[in-house]
Amino acid sequence: MAHETAMTEGGFWRDTGRTGIGAWIFSTDHKRIGLMYLYCVLGFFLVGAFLGLLIRLELMAPGPTIMTAQTYNAMFTVHGVVMIFLFIIPGIPASFGNLVLPIQLGARDVAFPRVNLFSWWLYAIGAVIVLISLFTGGGAPDTGWTFYVPFSARTTTNVSLAVFGVFVLGFSSILTGINFITTIHRMRAPGMTWTRIPLFTWSLYATAWVQVLATPIIAITLLLVVTERILGLGLFDPTRGGDPVMYQHMFWIYSHPAVYIMILPGMGVISDIIPVFSRKPIFGYKMIAFSSLAIAAAGSAVWGHHMYTSGMSDLGVLVFSFLTFIVAIPSAIKVFNWVSTMYKGSISLEAPMLFALSFILLFSIGGLSGLILGAAATDIHVHDTHFVVGHFHYVMFGGTGFAFFAAAHYWLPKYFGRRYQEKPAIIGWVFMFIGFNILYFTMQVLGMEGMPRRYYDYLPEFARLNFVATVGSWIMLAGVAIVVWNLWRGLFKGEPFTGNPWGGASLEWSIATPPPTENFEEDPVVTHGPYDFKGAGVP
Amino acid sequence: MSHLEKDSFGAKLGMWLFLFTEMLLFGGVFILYSVYLTRYPKEFGLGGHQLDLVYGATNTVVLLTSSLFAAMSVTAIKTGAKKLTLGLLSGTIGCALIFLGIKYLEWSAKFHHGIYPNSPKLIAGPPGESIFFSLYYLTTGLHGIHVIVGAVLMSWTAVMVQKERLNASDNVTLENVTLYWHLVDLVWIFIFPLYYLIL
Repeated sequence: MAHETAMTEGGFWRDTGRTGIGAWIFSTDHKRIGLMYLYCVLGFFLVGAFLGLLIRLELMAPGPTIMTAQTYNAMFTVHGVVMIFLFIIPGIPASFGNLVLPIQLGARDVAFPRVNLFSWWLYAIGAVIVLISLFTGGGAPDTGWTFYVPFSARTTTNVSLAVFGVFVLGFSSILTGINFITTIHRMRAPGMTWTRIPLFTWSLYATAWVQVLATPIIAITLLLVVTERILGLGLFDPTRGGDPVMYQHMFWIYSHPAVYIMILPGMGVISDIIPVFSRKPIFGYKMIAFSSLAIAAAGSAVWGHHMYTSGMSDLGVLVFSFLTFIVAIPSAIKVFNWVSTMYKGSISLEAPMLFALSFILLFSIGGLSGLILGAAATDIHVHDTHFVVGHFHYVMFGGTGFAFFAAAHYWLPKYFGRRYQEKPAIIGWVFMFIGFNILYFTMQVLGMEGMPRRYYDYLPEFARLNFVATVGSWIMLAGVAIVVWNLWRGLFKGEPFTGNPWGGASLEWSIATPPPTENFEEDPVVTHGPYDFKGAGVP
Repeated sequence: MSHLEKDSFGAKLGMWLFLFTEMLLFGGVFILYSVYLTRYPKEFGLGGHQLDLVYGATNTVVLLTSSLFAAMSVTAIKTGAKKLTLGLLSGTIGCALIFLGIKYLEWSAKFHHGIYPNSPKLIAGPPGESIFFSLYYLTTGLHGIHVIVGAVLMSWTAVMVQKERLNASDNVTLENVTLYWHLVDLVWIFIFPLYYLIL
């Protein structure tokens, strides 16, 4: 890392005090912590994507292709655990949140800088524990990322350690949430009223509340799995009077709100990018800000829609189905507002905007297929099929993943003082977008035709579409490789990036590039809104 | 707000948010309690009567007293009475140790009677009884861990008071640790009736 710092000059990169790796892993600077998170989540994203590639290779043809059934079970479990807990949950909030949030508020750092560093350490320790669990004990967990009992209580694979690692990661997520809420309440610069907070930070505010209020439930649930395995409490064991469905409830009480931890920051990124590249103030600022809170609130009461086939009461199914449809309203409000923002705008199709536009399309497809799953009648038919796999990849990867890359192309040049090349970024995006749709839309069709998820083998009639999906995964990963390579090369060796070339009006574009260690030479006084381009004096 | 001045309101806000997460953590256990209570009311009743009310009640008094000491220590440090603060903190830590000692005696007695998680006696008995004692050990065990953490934090703050890093003007850390201690107390206030009294 030392030679990288040498390549990027100025601002917070110029070290004060410690040298070498200590300047990073003991730094309480929110920008350095954000970058450390960024390197980690990007690394885990590539690991997870590689595992996904192997899963698709196995499914390319019926019967055993490249791995045994047990390896396949471990493969989709680890793909899920890595992507969910190590990439997508900390993905945007911990990396870009840390980089951008304090500056957007006009603060010099987050409210608790040392707690912030501690939460990165917890993330690193949790990640190491998860990695150790893959190679020790009885081998990598094979339960699926949901760790459903009774199987997770009985399997001989190393579930206890993996689950404990996830518990530590949850602690890290909680501390980040507490830090962000406190920062937003207490550290806003003079003039930074609630309706002048950029929408990215607004979305992080809603996310932080979900992190704080939902994560403890997964913590206790995962502890219960560990105690179940080690002490044999029998709380979820039907032969001892326990109820495995209670596990599912407690798991999804967290894990459904967790999907809003994943998607809300992505929506925030898009809300910040669309107005800048349409050269128009955002349409419906208050509704977008409010709908983030509405999604966070409504999303906390819909966990049962993962359990329609679990034997839950019909009344329960009805209520959860109804509540699920309510979540669609604030989500649609956002989509309509983004589209209205672009209407009659002067749209410039640069890399961040292309990723943002594809987010809208892919998220809409994912969201609408979510309603098919949220409606009890149709869910019974496609439950646990590849339709579900296609659906959540549309919202998680097509949504959050594309937003992650949009944010990377939009904000990272600001922090590195260098930029990527535009043409490879666009070529990479084209590959990603086309490959993505070939891969996941095919999965949805396969699911409609009845192919179950998590199966090692399948009937010959599914062979053709599985082959197509696997080819799609190659195209998509080629795109990912181009995009990541182009970013990496550009940010460390590319053309200089100075000033405010996108023409953003929020505070991060008003300071030096790269940002100084303390962000602001003197405490800023905010006089205009985050999308008031005239007020900010940008052309 | 700039970083130059210490924001004790912000520190307390952060602590309260953390306390929410602790409540929700225990909330998960209480949800299990309520679901299984409705499913096995008779066995829960029988289980509850096997718990020792004297141990439970004594521990409640001990913990409430410790909370009183903790609250008084905050008032004491604000008046600059360092010795009194240290005395009160020692009182809190002492009560925490007494609580853990009594808990040890209580658990030992139960173990002696063959009542512990996964014990042959519980496995042979009715399922509801096994669930009750599993929940009992889980809840009091998790609470016990919090008592230990709280006592460690109290000891650390006592050292800070001794070194005068915490003093009459800068004492939000003590206040936060005390808030944590009250939470530990509060959780017990729910555990005690649910397991010892109402069944």
